Amino acid sequence: MNETFQIIDHYLMIRLPEEIDHKSCREISRQADHLMLDNRIEHVVFDFSDTKFMDSSGVGVLAGRYRKVSCFGGKVYVIHADSRMKRILRMSGLSKMIEFME
Amino acid sequence: MENKIRIEMEALPENEGFARVAVAAFITYLNPTVEEITDVKTAVSEAVTNAVIHAYGEKGGKIVIRCDLQGDLLHIEIEDAGKGIENVEQAMVPLYTTRPDLERSGMGFAFMEAFMDSLEVESETGKGTLVIMEKKLGSGPWIPDEE
Repeated sequence: MNETFQIIDHYLMIRLPEEIDHKSCREISRQADHLMLDNRIEHVVFDFSDTKFMDSSGVGVLAGRYRKVSCFGGKVYVIHADSRMKRILRMSGLSKMIEFME
Repeated sequence: MENKIRIEMEALPENEGFARVAVAAFITYLNPTVEEITDVKTAVSEAVTNAVIHAYGEKGGKIVIRCDLQGDLLHIEIEDAGKGIENVEQAMVPLYTTRPDLERSGMGFAFMEAFMDSLEVESETGKGTLVIMEKKLGSGPWIPDEE
């Protein structure tokens, strides 16, 4: 297990990279889904502490994980998102499905 | 003063980061705000990613990026010779995607539109797609608005 992913109880914490684009997204989704299945993950927390850039590929990653956990009543949380990240998530309608925490 | 660059590259995910950083570097001498640089980077990233995923898919091909600065007006053209878009109007609808299997969010064109001043898309099936975007630099606030 590397630092990007951390499991606490039934929460999967994902520390997102500096740049979230099509290329970095593929690996994040693949690894996250693997961990979610193996560890009976109920909720996912995306940590934007390191993130300086995100395009619409990132929206797909969050929406995809939301789709998976919400079937069983799970939630997706976003922490340490700056105003730009929040704007992008709001524009794509995701802010209605996820919960922001500071 | 007019300044121009032209980049031709392979349609690979590895080049998406290069493309947006190259365009950002091209405009830095105008002293744009951080917000403006990120807007341009996001728009370029969306257009190039579209070409990599939708225009060529697994086949690969070439993407040409042309940037033109006339004073503080940035004009960007991103062109591919891929499969083209059947219905441009539909493709531009937010959340519409032809590749939900790849977890594409369908927000690419919406972001290009939101972060640039203008967006035009010309496409012909079987011939390719041309994305034309413009943005006036140096007009935004130095300190981004806190919402």
